[in-house]
Amino acid sequence: MNAVQIVIQGALLGGLYALFAIGLSLSFGIMRLVNIAHGDLIVLSAYVGLMVINATGMHPIASLVVVMPVMFCLGYLLQRGLLNQTLSGGLLPPLLVTFGLSVIIENVLLEAFGADNRRLQAGALETQSIAVGGIAIGVYPLIVFATAVAAIAGLQLLFYRTALGRAFRATSDDAETAELMGIDNRHLYGLGLAIAMIFTALAGVLMAIRTNFDPAAGPIRLIFAFEAVIIGGLGSLWGTLLGGMVLGIAQAIGAALSPTWQILAGHIAFLIILIVRPSGFFPRTRD
Amino acid sequence: MSLLQTRSLRAFYGDFQALFDIDVTVEEGDTIAVIGANGAGKTTFLRAIAGALPCADDMVIFDGQPIGGRTAHEIVRLGIAMVPEGRRLFPSLTVEENLLLGAHSGRTGAWTLARVYELFPMLADHRGRPATLLSGGQQQMTAIGRALMSNPRLLLCDELSLGLAPVVIRDIYARLSTITNEGMTLIIVEQDINRALDASARFYCFLEGRVALTAQSHGFDRTAITSAYFGV
Repeated sequence: MNAVQIVIQGALLGGLYALFAIGLSLSFGIMRLVNIAHGDLIVLSAYVGLMVINATGMHPIASLVVVMPVMFCLGYLLQRGLLNQTLSGGLLPPLLVTFGLSVIIENVLLEAFGADNRRLQAGALETQSIAVGGIAIGVYPLIVFATAVAAIAGLQLLFYRTALGRAFRATSDDAETAELMGIDNRHLYGLGLAIAMIFTALAGVLMAIRTNFDPAAGPIRLIFAFEAVIIGGLGSLWGTLLGGMVLGIAQAIGAALSPTWQILAGHIAFLIILIVRPSGFFPRTRD
Repeated sequence: MSLLQTRSLRAFYGDFQALFDIDVTVEEGDTIAVIGANGAGKTTFLRAIAGALPCADDMVIFDGQPIGGRTAHEIVRLGIAMVPEGRRLFPSLTVEENLLLGAHSGRTGAWTLARVYELFPMLADHRGRPATLLSGGQQQMTAIGRALMSNPRLLLCDELSLGLAPVVIRDIYARLSTITNEGMTLIIVEQDINRALDASARFYCFLEGRVALTAQSHGFDRTAITSAYFGV
């Protein structure tokens, strides 16, 4: 396997990591909520996908039609019913509550589905590849990467071209004044997590086609998502895509050196960037 | 019927009581001024009316309805808009986006983007710039425009002159009188007593959370105001 191929594979893997990171980035950007349960919500989405597929025999990609609305509703209810209550007391209460939520989700999944490894079968799509100038590129990783690019472009439109996006940005700047301008923050935060969960659902199902998952698979996804967000710079979605790509390429290079190095190489790359550019490539948020 | 009435309005920050039994009445179309030293409770009074501070339902009566217990975003929908102290523009939004955000409540009426630009032509020239990059006076105009975009029946203005040059303050008050001439009801909070008295029909002087003095603004003895202001 040559070097170019390794870099391309890693970059495409970065698309998946960017999808992991979008939900995390949105809930931090809009609600100032650090969602420790984010990784488990990704895995939960994969299990929701599994249930839909078992019940209907749908293709995993088609199951998104059900999984995304389900997670959207769950996100709205979770924010309004639980997380809104944690936001007035600083950064610590949401951390603790989402940490508890993470434990609960993992254990409920373990109880309901057992500890077995699962995977969503996507048939021929998993193995197809196209050859470009002597380099084989997997069709599926390419689809995942294109999805990440489309997701970020769509969010960019939402934030800068719609009234809802304007309200999200205003509330993120100054929630109290936004309320004085007629914005119902509790409802808006509900929509914020609901939209974040659409991308979490996308990330969960696309991940589950690519790799095995089990109830304890969440925390490592949370770490990948954190690393992608921090490398890219807080508040910048395109930065998050770049962060995911840096992480993916580092992991691909590590894996090429030795299979045991894959994860470690990603973390090392993250630490190096944290030392060289502590606020990431494209920092946006001022506080 | 008065447009706004507060009845024994009390407000607290935690255990600290900031307002004690405030009775203020505002008739439709009038401008009233609230004056007083720092910490007298002027801003707290506006925040309680706007719903940013909770109080009992019947302590604030707007257009015959008790609204004291409503949340801030519900109160905007009823027709009370606030120009907050220090302007509080949204830094990630452009001037135009700040104005459009003011229309979030969905109240329609005479005030549109075009009308606001007509009142403050220089804002139109800067519509695409981030709002917090404008000069102080232009930022204050944006804040007023943003509040007008909700087509309020009652406009609350908190320290419009804060940090602005006298010539800019005069300009802003001149435009404010254009708004009131069309029938808008205003409550202005000011530290500058002369400015406040010139712009209003009636004034309330607050001292340590209580109304120390209230009277018609014109032809009133300034020495009496000074003693109410400082509590001497």
